[in-house]
Amino acid sequence: MNMQVLKNDEKAIFEMRTLYRKYGYSQYKMSKFEEYDLYVRNKDFLVSDNIITFTDTDGKLMALKPDVTLSIIKNTNESENTVHKVYYNENVYRVSKGTHSFKEIMQVGLECIGAIDDYCIYEVVMLAAKSLENISESFVLDISHMGIVSGVIDSLGISHAGRKQLVKCISEKNLHGISAVCDAEGVDGEALRKLVSVYGGTDAVMPVLESIGLDRSNPDVNKLMQVVAALEGCGFKNKVRIDFSVISDTKYYNGFVFKGFIEGISESILSGGQYDNLMRKVGKSCGAIGFAVYLDMLERLCENENEYDVDTVILYEEGCDLGALNNAVSMLTANGKTVMAQKAVPEKIKYKQLLKLNERGVEIIENNA
Amino acid sequence: MKTMLNVALPKGRLGEKVYAMFEKAGFECPSIKENNRKLIFENPEKNVRYFWVKPSDVAIYVERGAADIGVAGKDILLEYEPDVYELMDLDIGKCRMAVAAKKDFRDNPQRTLRVATKFTNITKNYYSSLGRDIDIIHLNGSIEIAPILGLSDVIVDIVETGTTLKENNLDVVETIVPISARLIANKSAYKFKGDLVEAVVNGFNIAERE
Repeated sequence: MNMQVLKNDEKAIFEMRTLYRKYGYSQYKMSKFEEYDLYVRNKDFLVSDNIITFTDTDGKLMALKPDVTLSIIKNTNESENTVHKVYYNENVYRVSKGTHSFKEIMQVGLECIGAIDDYCIYEVVMLAAKSLENISESFVLDISHMGIVSGVIDSLGISHAGRKQLVKCISEKNLHGISAVCDAEGVDGEALRKLVSVYGGTDAVMPVLESIGLDRSNPDVNKLMQVVAALEGCGFKNKVRIDFSVISDTKYYNGFVFKGFIEGISESILSGGQYDNLMRKVGKSCGAIGFAVYLDMLERLCENENEYDVDTVILYEEGCDLGALNNAVSMLTANGKTVMAQKAVPEKIKYKQLLKLNERGVEIIENNA
Repeated sequence: MKTMLNVALPKGRLGEKVYAMFEKAGFECPSIKENNRKLIFENPEKNVRYFWVKPSDVAIYVERGAADIGVAGKDILLEYEPDVYELMDLDIGKCRMAVAAKKDFRDNPQRTLRVATKFTNITKNYYSSLGRDIDIIHLNGSIEIAPILGLSDVIVDIVETGTTLKENNLDVVETIVPISARLIANKSAYKFKGDLVEAVVNGFNIAERE
């Protein structure tokens, strides 16, 4: 199979699906529509409030899905000792920030739902790193643990409003902002500032954590270090980094959260985490972890742009010998050329060679390459 | 190919002050001082490229990755809420976002408050935090005349010295938030050009201590 034909996003989808299948994930296929009710109940979980809705023939209010995770959770039965492993490749409909209009976004992702243990977490984070690696060698996966960050914030004992401001400052690596909030509340923000400034692998982060009284006896610290060390051990050193500024809504997320970046793309392209709290909200007692890759951004990644639209344009006249034309085209395609048969040269088409079929045979009219 | 750090500077007096800080931090680019209409300047020796953009656009350049870092006022960051890192408070370009009204203004909480402003998002967030019902009138300039002509009850705008307000017979009623210039960075660039970004932050820190 000639992979060159595929665009960046198509190639990425192909490779990721192959990867997820290898680890025993099965594809989850869903319908384009979902009952609106599902999203209303969990509105804050969604990236944006805006949802395209319509009334079905039976009067039910339906929505074009803005998210896949909620549907997967809804349709997954709880199991005690096993884990449901599914991946998906679906379009979602969201309002894009720049244009304030709805956009169709292609998402690939996976979810692990059930009895989540350390191996499950490791596997999902590792697959996230591998997914990024498939797209580009130059990638970074930033990992944080909400338990650690929440623990430090909780220890400050500040007001609800102050906490909200702090969370925003953390996500912006805004140290002066953290100081301002802590000063206003009359607490010492030094530990939090240290936590937010540190960035790197286990060997860079562990000493800083210890300096603010968080050592391996803290189960969250131990878990984070274990998973990241395991990833560093399998070739992701310097690619997988600990960054406590990665933060998600604590109403839904707990434990591990992560975000992936590709050099040359200005936004994060992968985002995921553990969402046990969301599971509780929908009345399920098991755990869950997953991630999604936003493929619409891949368009921006430089690929080798084709200089020519087609290798050869072959001109023929109406009523010419069909056999002769077919022979000429087949011969060219057999030589690996792309060929466009036309009666006249189309406007705005760049070709390497222009040929013409007449009674005497094929004639070269123009050679550009 | 060498990695260059792309820096968006706000055009105008603030931008010149900011460039001086970069120069002091070891990222000089002598060609920027030439008096011409060029907008992009680079110094390959220092791995840095500067460009002048409209102050309110700096956040957009940085968020979208056309610039790796930039300097923008906190007012712009609060208004557009770009998804960027806010690495430093540069402590320059200081002013405040404030509510101002005619000297004899008396607020009647039973009526919807009419607010004229350029900063609709900041205004909306501020009044919703107070639970006050308002009608926002978005204007692009000369906000001060809105209350005088009865277009609005109050205005929300940047106040530096207060001279413009005084000359138009207005007074500050409430300060919403203090404003100053901030160093911001694109989140992705921070991962892949971290060394250069760190060098700028460290350079600024050292310059500040001196």
